[in-house]
Amino acid sequence: MGLKTALYDTHILQGAKIVDFGGWDMPLHYGSQIEEHHAVRRDAGMFDVSHMGVVDLSGDRVRDFLRRVLANDVGRLTIPGKALYSCMLLPGGGVIDDLIVYFISDTRFRVVVNASTRDKDLAWISRHAADFAVTVALQRDLAMIAIQGPNARDKTLPLLAPALRDSARALAPFSGAAFDSWFVARTGYTGEDGFEVMLPAGEAAKTWNALRAQGIQPAGLGARDTLRLEAGMNLYGNDMDEQHHPLESGLAWTVAFEPGGRDFIGRTALEGLRGAAGDRLVGLILEERGVLRSHQKVVVAVTARDGAAVDPAPPPRADATAPSRADATAPRTGEVTSGTFSPTMNRSIALARVPGAAASSVQVEIRGKMHAARIVKPPFVRHGKVLIPV
Amino acid sequence: MSNIPSDLRYTKSHEWVRREQNGTVAIGISDHAQSALGDLVFVEVPDVGRAVSAGEACAVVESVKAASDVYSPVSGKVIAGNAALAAQPELLNQDPYGAGWLFRVQTNSPADEAGLMSAADYANYLADSAK
Repeated sequence: MGLKTALYDTHILQGAKIVDFGGWDMPLHYGSQIEEHHAVRRDAGMFDVSHMGVVDLSGDRVRDFLRRVLANDVGRLTIPGKALYSCMLLPGGGVIDDLIVYFISDTRFRVVVNASTRDKDLAWISRHAADFAVTVALQRDLAMIAIQGPNARDKTLPLLAPALRDSARALAPFSGAAFDSWFVARTGYTGEDGFEVMLPAGEAAKTWNALRAQGIQPAGLGARDTLRLEAGMNLYGNDMDEQHHPLESGLAWTVAFEPGGRDFIGRTALEGLRGAAGDRLVGLILEERGVLRSHQKVVVAVTARDGAAVDPAPPPRADATAPSRADATAPRTGEVTSGTFSPTMNRSIALARVPGAAASSVQVEIRGKMHAARIVKPPFVRHGKVLIPV
Repeated sequence: MSNIPSDLRYTKSHEWVRREQNGTVAIGISDHAQSALGDLVFVEVPDVGRAVSAGEACAVVESVKAASDVYSPVSGKVIAGNAALAAQPELLNQDPYGAGWLFRVQTNSPADEAGLMSAADYANYLADSAK
């Protein structure tokens, strides 16, 4: 038996198939995850994301604290309500977690962290918060519902308290507004417009059912995964973790090296890795039938110095005495970090970590056979539109 | 409740077997299995002419979430695969005992079938597994 959100009984009544996710009993789907996926791309769907950790940080030096502990720079947040996506790093550059931080006031920020990493995040944050006299408060009594899709905002706004409704309607992307214990942000994890609503747990079931009466489709973790992967968004534990740093996880854009004087945890290690010919996280489209899955092997040809692709050499022989070929021309391998079937593209897509110089045509090993795939730049789908030609 | 037709026989790994009038057998996965897997998006059936042994993995069904092997419940030679599933894997969700059949085998060991579960036994097996 796992942890349960305030909406657990509601999910059961509405036919959810429940799975364990990071120690929580969460809905996988309510019948068909593909229909739920399409509902989000075409209309509006909603997810119970109350398992995520909402942590409020307060104190006079809270901004200094976050500029130390996050790889992105909260110094960029100047308008109250504005949000920032960031990694929190180990000194060696490995990713402890990815999170969203909201600037509430000069003495208060709100951070939303992953469910599976919540306890270690809290331990890490608390350890460093002490140096800055920052108070760390996990908001256990909040539920969170993500309403996503082209019609998500229009269907949600009538249900908000009038005082919150006007500010929520006016929200720019990636910003939030608060009223009483409610907090509405124009953020999400699907590649569609929408809101993430934090609200008192006691009001969650009533609100969920009112949203459902507005024609918003309940959706589970299954659709959440296919939607985020189409949107080219990383999943912690798959596409990044403590063994991989942001620069090899497609997250260089979230690391604020400027201003140069900001001494964030992990900076020294990342500066040493910057510009090195390391691995990179890329998108893959399978050119054949089949489904890409995490941990499948990706065989790549590396690009020679003149820019031309080098054919993969034959597989290394078992004979250990054979002379080794120069590394530059040997076949190299990478690995699928997240793979799925894209309901929008009707094709299998993936994120994969491959050598930096990999040529765009690759082979993926699926059940012992090699299948052609192509390296592309995510996102695959945004705002209902396919961005990668298939 | 899942649908368990009384005229078929079943395996513990949730395949069904139908004895056809021409002496061959058709094989698929049960309604319980398709429901547990969720929306199917890819199906790979064995090549015609392949010799299979009872218990051998010879087809693959993939839902959005995961890939699962399908085991031949009988020994014999594959005489047909359901080609329609390549373009419409969802047939397996919609009609697991009809249009969603996977492959047909010419058996050489009729005794294999005798070892399979009846519908009543399979229903009990599912009930026990759910406890």
